Formats: sequence, structure tokens, C-alpha cells
Amino acid sequence: MNSENLLLLLILLPFAGSALAALLPANARNTEAWLSGCITITAFAIVVYLYPSISAGEILRNEIEWLPGSDLNFTLRMDGFAWMFSILVTGIGFLVVLYARYYMSPEDPVPRFFSFLLAFAGAMQGIVISGNLILLAIFWELTSIFSFLLIGYWHHNTAARDGARMSLIVTGTGGLCLLAGLVLLGYITDSYDLDHVLAAGNTIREHELYVPVLVLILLGALTKSAQFPFHFWLPNAMAAPTPVSAYLHSATMVKAGVFLLTRLWPVLSGTDEWFLLLGLAGMSSLLLSAYFAIFQQDLKGLLAYSTISHLGLITTLLSFGSPLAAVAAIFHMLNHATFKASLFMAAGIIDHEAGTRDMRKLSGLFSFMPITATLAMVASAAMAGVPLLNGFLSKEMFFSETLGQHSGSVLDSVLPYAATLAGAFSVTYSIRFIHTVFFGPKPLGLPREPHEPPHWMRRPIEFLVLACLIIGIVPGITIGPYLHTAVTSVLREYTPLYSLAVWHGINTPLIMSMTALIGGALLYLMLQNYLAQSEDGPPGIRQLKGQRIFERSLVTLSWRWARWMEDTFGTQRLQPQLFLVIFIALIAGCWPFLGTDPAFNLESTTGMDPAFAVLWGIGIACALGAAYQAKYHRLAALILMGGAGLVTCITFVWFSAPDLAVTQLLVEIVTTVLILLGLRWLPKRMEQIDDATTLIARTRRLRDFVLAVSCGGGMTLIAYTIMTNAELPETIAGFFLERAYSEGGGSNVVNVILVDFRGFDTFGEITVLGIVALTVYALLRRFRPAPDSIEIPEQQRIQNDFDDRHPNRKVGETVHDYLMVPAVLMQWMFPFIILLAVYFFLRGHDLPGGGFAAGITLAIGLLLQYLASDTRWVEDRLRILPVRWIGLGLLLAALTGMGSWLFGFPFLTSHSTYLEIPLIGKIPVATALFFDLGVLLLVVGATALMLIAIAHQSIRSHRARAIESAKTQEDD
Amino acid sequence: MELILSLGIGILVGSGVWLLLRPRTYQIIIGLGLLSYAVNLFIFSVGRLVMDRPPVTQAGVRVDPAAFADPVPQALILTAIVIGFATTALFLVILLAARGLTGTDHVDGEEPDR
Repeated sequence: MNSENLLLLLILLPFAGSALAALLPANARNTEAWLSGCITITAFAIVVYLYPSISAGEILRNEIEWLPGSDLNFTLRMDGFAWMFSILVTGIGFLVVLYARYYMSPEDPVPRFFSFLLAFAGAMQGIVISGNLILLAIFWELTSIFSFLLIGYWHHNTAARDGARMSLIVTGTGGLCLLAGLVLLGYITDSYDLDHVLAAGNTIREHELYVPVLVLILLGALTKSAQFPFHFWLPNAMAAPTPVSAYLHSATMVKAGVFLLTRLWPVLSGTDEWFLLLGLAGMSSLLLSAYFAIFQQDLKGLLAYSTISHLGLITTLLSFGSPLAAVAAIFHMLNHATFKASLFMAAGIIDHEAGTRDMRKLSGLFSFMPITATLAMVASAAMAGVPLLNGFLSKEMFFSETLGQHSGSVLDSVLPYAATLAGAFSVTYSIRFIHTVFFGPKPLGLPREPHEPPHWMRRPIEFLVLACLIIGIVPGITIGPYLHTAVTSVLREYTPLYSLAVWHGINTPLIMSMTALIGGALLYLMLQNYLAQSEDGPPGIRQLKGQRIFERSLVTLSWRWARWMEDTFGTQRLQPQLFLVIFIALIAGCWPFLGTDPAFNLESTTGMDPAFAVLWGIGIACALGAAYQAKYHRLAALILMGGAGLVTCITFVWFSAPDLAVTQLLVEIVTTVLILLGLRWLPKRMEQIDDATTLIARTRRLRDFVLAVSCGGGMTLIAYTIMTNAELPETIAGFFLERAYSEGGGSNVVNVILVDFRGFDTFGEITVLGIVALTVYALLRRFRPAPDSIEIPEQQRIQNDFDDRHPNRKVGETVHDYLMVPAVLMQWMFPFIILLAVYFFLRGHDLPGGGFAAGITLAIGLLLQYLASDTRWVEDRLRILPVRWIGLGLLLAALTGMGSWLFGFPFLTSHSTYLEIPLIGKIPVATALFFDLGVLLLVVGATALMLIAIAHQSIRSHRARAIESAKTQEDD
Repeated sequence: MELILSLGIGILVGSGVWLLLRPRTYQIIIGLGLLSYAVNLFIFSVGRLVMDRPPVTQAGVRVDPAAFADPVPQALILTAIVIGFATTALFLVILLAARGLTGTDHVDGEEPDR
């Protein structure tokens, strides 16, 4: 397989795996682990396989057109730096999966865990190899969402929910800023393509929008990397399962921020703004978080703050803008990933086996778990920067970089001291981690008796610690070439000379390192007793928590202010709301005409026909009557509304719209039946009873009347102005008319537009129709009629009483015989209506008709059967499964659309031809016909489902009555 | 013709708006029905009023777009009519369910204080 497809596979594999993992049964812990393990290791193998071409300096690309017009393509791009990160994402991903298999307990719903984890890995992989800025932003947001889901995995736990929400709000907001920044960046360079942007460094730095772009992108990156002052979400995210923490803190999530900064380093760095903003954030994170880390009592809390501090170190290095500092930053990303992942896993083992992470309770675990203890010691020594371990190398590079000139300000002279101090702090918290947990007296009162974890749970840590050691001892021949590939792909022609040797002779950085080591150890000795019983958090500023500030502002914003707004401006009542909506719509509609001089053209183009005037005289009377009668005479209002509908229908006929007329007429029938069915469940309302017209009510009516008249008058004016405006501007109508027959194979242009030219719209519309029908059905399943509507309707009662009085009649006979003649007629009409529907459908492509009209016709045919006889009678003879019709229709429409893929055309491309059939003759056969058939099926299903569901309520109310009477009997 | 139709549209809108602002759910369903006629007719009229020239072309004859009514508004309205039916049904069901749950057909789910 070629490398382009392999890149695509790298993205697809984890997401496919995620979907698969979600479908496995809840207790399939081993299957899940095997699946996830296979996927991550395959991805890892792919990345390794790609190395030869990457190391040759090649940039692998795979470009799939998406919205090429907007320069938005699904571009994947892998260079050395992306390769290095892919190794981290897939490699550590695999180790995390292996670890998680043993960490997750059998009670946990593992499908959810592995599904989210794989999707998260896929999103991170996406960030790393995106070759398009917008695509990168999409994957960026995906990592925010999946990390939210992972942190909140144990959602019964409040801390998990809060931590998840906080991380989503902080990183999600940052992601939005990033998107804005990337869009601006694309605007400046005129392209969203990463290669294009990376080549335009000078244009970007000299552009007047440079500072906004920089601030927005930094907001995105710093929130993601949990840098000061956005650091507070990361310690709260430790409520996640430990494998997730290990992954978030090492290869993914927080690393995405520094990844992006490094990616854009060639084009954004080197300015004063870059140094100041990034340097300040980085230095504060480095120093403050290292200080905070010392005073944490939770193992994972200590590690979380140390992550912020180490990322601060990377950010600071990037802020310098010197190529050597960038090399150190890239190297430290790698080293931090290895030791931090192993430390989190070790912390997880301690938590798992001892039952607590509180360092005040943990002590002397070395004798219980010597191997884990040794591994953790090596990893934390790497974190502290002890020689012969990988952490030492990059920290040494950092120290030497702080010595250089950066801005020429006082910052330059402070930097080396601050760096040494931060180094000392990191030594202190590393020693604390090891000394408190593994040494000292035997632990008392632990929830569990600690012991070594299962063999395979330790394997990932062993592997990572081995990496720390090897890289630390012989860096040049192990990590050297890979690092060089990554570095050259970022820095290109600015790649500096650097050496990865352990021993550079006695120089200032070494002295700084030694000072930090000794100073840190001394500091620990001083603080040891205090820390053994102190509260969580640094002394003095324990109260000042980012988390608390965040939560306060969240409460103020989303609760207090929202409540205030609601109390002040809100109302629960519908009428004022509707009034406001319509009023604002009226104002908005009038706005454009203010100050213009409307020139009315009183010349009609269509002349005047008295018949039309009479027709609309009736229409207007119907509309006014319906408005007047809707409160007390519902049936009359319904009939009058139907009258207005018929006038509308005739208007369509009058003005050359036969298709509309047919559809309108048919819909009119079903609407009337529908509302008729509903009338039975509405309360009785008598004009005489509630006639309390107060002054307020009268004023309100007057106000509503004025609004209604203004709206009506406004619409009349607008409609009249448009209709008499003689010349129609050039529209797309010509396009459709000219091509309907030659390209769509049908002469009824409206139908061709619906099923061919704009088939995708129609597809959406029938989907909506199906959804609405299912919603109606679902709502009615829980329908409970009001108590006063349960009784048998008055008419039926009279009819039954009549049967009762006559000894030779059985009760129900009159009801049954009622409307006998029309019922027989309706039954006889059934086949003819079906024939009519078929006729409408077949001629639809060329003459008025089509799937919509045919579908409703067929539904009316079914409906008439329900009207003619009672529901049970029909359903004994005719099995209608409307839900299946809906499904079938949608499926057929979709399959017809997809059929064109087989021939290499886009979705819903249609093909048409004529077919000679004996007796019938030539009929047009377009693939659009199948699509139209789908429309037909769906319309039948949806209409029938809705009407039958409402009709069924009367059967159910029989049942409700029966239960009711049974109850009363019991009570008696 | 234009004057009559625009007057008709105006009256339909006015009646519809009036009913929308009424307190009973049934009034609203009728109001929405009238309003949807008006909106459909209005969109239709944007394509101008043309008599006896339906957008049905003849096979094999060169098409002169000026000789036909505008098919685009017609296609838009056709689906709107069907969807309008569906939403009416949905509203009717919500109306009935609300009436069943609250015991009143007032739009706020409770009778106003008198």
C-alpha cells in the first residue's frame, strides 16, 4: 500500500475501532483490550514503516478534496516532527491500552472507555498529521470533546463531572479562539494549506493582523497545554481513570498545545510580542506550578502540577525564538512523555494496590512492591533531571539556553536564576514523591494490603523507564537520528549544530544543574515534617485557587445573570412572546422601506377577471370567518379554513401551477381529516359560559387587532409591489426549464427539480417528514386524554340508547350501520384510488403528478377505509405497517442516490432513458423514478402513521373507560 | 388580478396573526393553517402571475424560458405544503397531549387568573 493511503489509514483505524468498541458487550474486557491493542499497535507499525521516506526528508501528503472552493481540503501531511509525535501518540497509546486492561475493574463499562480512548487517539493523530489549518482545528475540538468524555468517564462521581466540564469549557473556549486565529492566518497567507502557511513567515510577521493572530493562537495553545493562567483545569482533570491521565499528560492533549506552537514556530516566533507573551506564560507556569507541586497531597495532583511546570519549560524554550532552544523544546517533549507516562502509571498502580493516593497515608511501600518502586524511582529521577537519564539532557539544554540574550531587558538576567529555582523545586517534589510513598515506616490503616501488580500491568512502565535510561546514557546513537529528523523538518535551513552528549565538561549549565539538585534536596529536608501533615495546596495562597475563581464566575454568568435576565425580561406566557416575535418581525419587515418613496405600479399585467374577484371574495370571507369562529365553533372554523385552502388551490390552477393545485387539494383533505380526528379530544366551550370581557382583555384584543391589520396590510403592499414589478430579474428558472428534458429526462419541470436537480433537498425534506411522523407516533403512545373527553361521544350514546330501547336490535348496530351507503362506496373506491395513485406516480416526471401527490392519494385511500368501517374491521383485513413504509421509502431514496457512486458520479446523479413496454408504450425510466418511488413510500407511510395513530386513540379510550369503570367497581 | 391576490394574501396573514395571538390552542392551529396558505401564495407570487403556461415543456422542442411560469417557487412550495401538513399534525398531537396532561386548552397550560 502506498504511503498516502497509509496516512489515511492512520486516521481511519482508531475511529473505526472506536465505533466497533462501542458495540461490544459491556463485560468484554479482554476483547476490548485486544481490539484496541491491535489497532494502536498496527498504527504504530504503520508509522514505523513510514520512517525511511520521512528520514530522507520527504513530506508525505494525502489530499482529498472537500470544499476546494473554500480552500478547505482533507489534507494529511507527515514530516519528521509529525512523525515523532505519531510515534508518541500510537506507541504510548498502545502501552496505555495494555495498562488499562489491568487497571479497569470488571464492573466498569469498558466499551465506553475503549471507544472514547480510541477516538481520542484518532483525534490527536489527526491534529498531528493535519495538513490544513481548518482540519487541524476540527481535530483540535475533537480532542477537547473526547477528553471531556474520558475525564467524566466515572460520571457518578462529582469530581469527575466537574473536572470534565471545566476542561471542556477551558479548552473548548481556547479552541474557538484558535479557530478564529487560524482563519485569520489563512486570510493573511491566502491559503489554509499548512505548507503554504509555513512558507509565508515574513508576510505573517509583518502583517498588521499579526498581533491578533498571535494572541488568538496563543489562547488556543496555552489553554490546551494548561499554561498559566489557564492551568487550573489540568489538576481537576485527574478525576479521570489513571490510564487516561497517563495519556493526556504524556503524548496527547496538553502536548497538542506545544505541538502547535512548535508547528507554527517558524512563522510566528522571533518577535518581541511572541517572546513576552509566551515567555511570561511559560516562566510563570514553570515556576509557580513547580512550587505548587511540592505541596500537593494527592499523588496525581503532584504529577499534574509537575506536568504544567514541564510544559512551562517547553513553552519558555519556544518563546526564546532561537533554533537551539527549539531543539531543546522538541527533545523535552519526547523525554517528558516517556517519564510522565510511566510515573502516572506507577501512581495508578499504587492507587490500585494500596487503595489511596493520599501521601499522608502512604508510606514504606518499598518492601511491598520493590519492582514498581525501583521503576518509579528511575522515572522520577528523570523528572528531577538526574544525570544519565533523559530528563537531565533536555534540562541541561534549557539551562544553557536561559543564559543567552533574549530581549535585552531585566528578564535576561533573572531567567537563569528562575530556571535554577524551578529546577530545584522539581527536584524537591520528585524526592517527595519517592520518599513519602516508598520509604519510612510501614503504612497504617491502608484500605488494602498493598502488593505487586499483575506482571503485564508493569510492562508498559518497564518499557518506558528503559527508554529513559537508554536515551539518558547513550543519546547520540539511540534517539539522535530520530530527533534530528524531527528538528530539521521544523527548522529546515536554520537547523543549528547541537550535540546530545552526556558530558560537555564543567560549564555553567552543569553548575546550575548541580545547584538545583543539592538545593532541591535540602529544601525537601527542610519541608519534610511540615509536608507530612499539612493541608493540600501551597501555604499562604491555598485559598486562591484558579478552580474556585473559575467556578464563581461560571455561577455568576450562567446562573445569577441568567436568572436576573429571565426575571427581568422573561415570561412563561406564550401570548406576549408571540406578540413580541411578530411585532419585531413587522418592524424588521418595514425597516428597509423607511424613507424610500414607494412607487406603485397600478398597471396590471394579467388584466382583471370578475370570476377571480368572486373567488377571492369567498376566500377572504372564509379567512375572516375562520378567524372569528375558531374559539367557539371549531367545526365551522375548520370548514372555513378548508374553504380558504380550496381558494388557494384554485389560485394555483389559475396561474399555471397544476402540480401545486393537485398537492394542495390532497393535503387539504388529509389536514381536514386530521383535525377532525383531533376535535373529539378538545374541551367543550360555550359562548355563553365564559364571556368575561374585562377592560384589560378588550385593550389586549385591540392591540392584537392593530398588529394583525398592520401585518396583513404590510404583506398586501409587499406582495402587490412585487407582483406588479414588471421585469423579472434574471433567475435560475431558465436553467431548470432548458435542462429539464435534455438532462433530467422529464418534461414536468417542477417534478424534475424535486427529484433530480434539487433531489438532495427533497431527500432532506422527506427525512424531516419521516421524523415528524415518528414523533407524532411516539407522542401518542403516551397520550392520556383529559377525563372529560373519555366518555363515548354524545351521538354514539344516543344511537346506542336507541338500540337499547328496541328489543330486536343489538347495542352498536346503529353505530355500525350509520353512513352505510357512503361506507360501501368508500370501500368500492379503494382499488380506483390505488389506480389513481399509480397514475399520478407514473406520469409525474412528464405531467403534473409525482411521488408526493401519489403518496398522499394512496394515504387517502387507506384513510377512507378507516372512515368507512371501524378501525378493528380494517385492521383485521388490511395489514398496514406505516413505519416500514417510512423506512423502506427512505432507504430506497438513499440507495438510489448512492447508486450513482457505483458509476463514479456524485450522490443522487440521475440517469434517464425510455423503455418500450408492450401495450403501454414508451415510458420514461429515469433513476429519478426510483427516487420518486422512495418519496411516495415515505409520504404514504408518514401520512398513514400520523392519521392512524390519532384514530387509534378512540380504541385506547375504550380501554381507558374499561379500566376506569373497573376501578369504580372495586371502590364500591 | 394582482390587487385581488395581494389583498387575499393580506387578509390571510391578518387573520392568521390574529389567531396566533389568541389564548386557545385550537385557534393557533387554525391560525397557522391560514398563515401557511398566505406564505405559500406569497412565495408563489414572487414568480409572477402567469396564466395558461404551466412549466411543462415539450419533448424535443427548444425551450424558451420566457414561455413558461417560473418552476422554482412552485418546487419550493410543493414540499412546503407536505411539510406543512406534517407540522400541523405534530402541533395537533402536542395540543392534544397538553390538553390531556394539564386539563386545559389554554396555550400556557393553565387557565389565566381571573
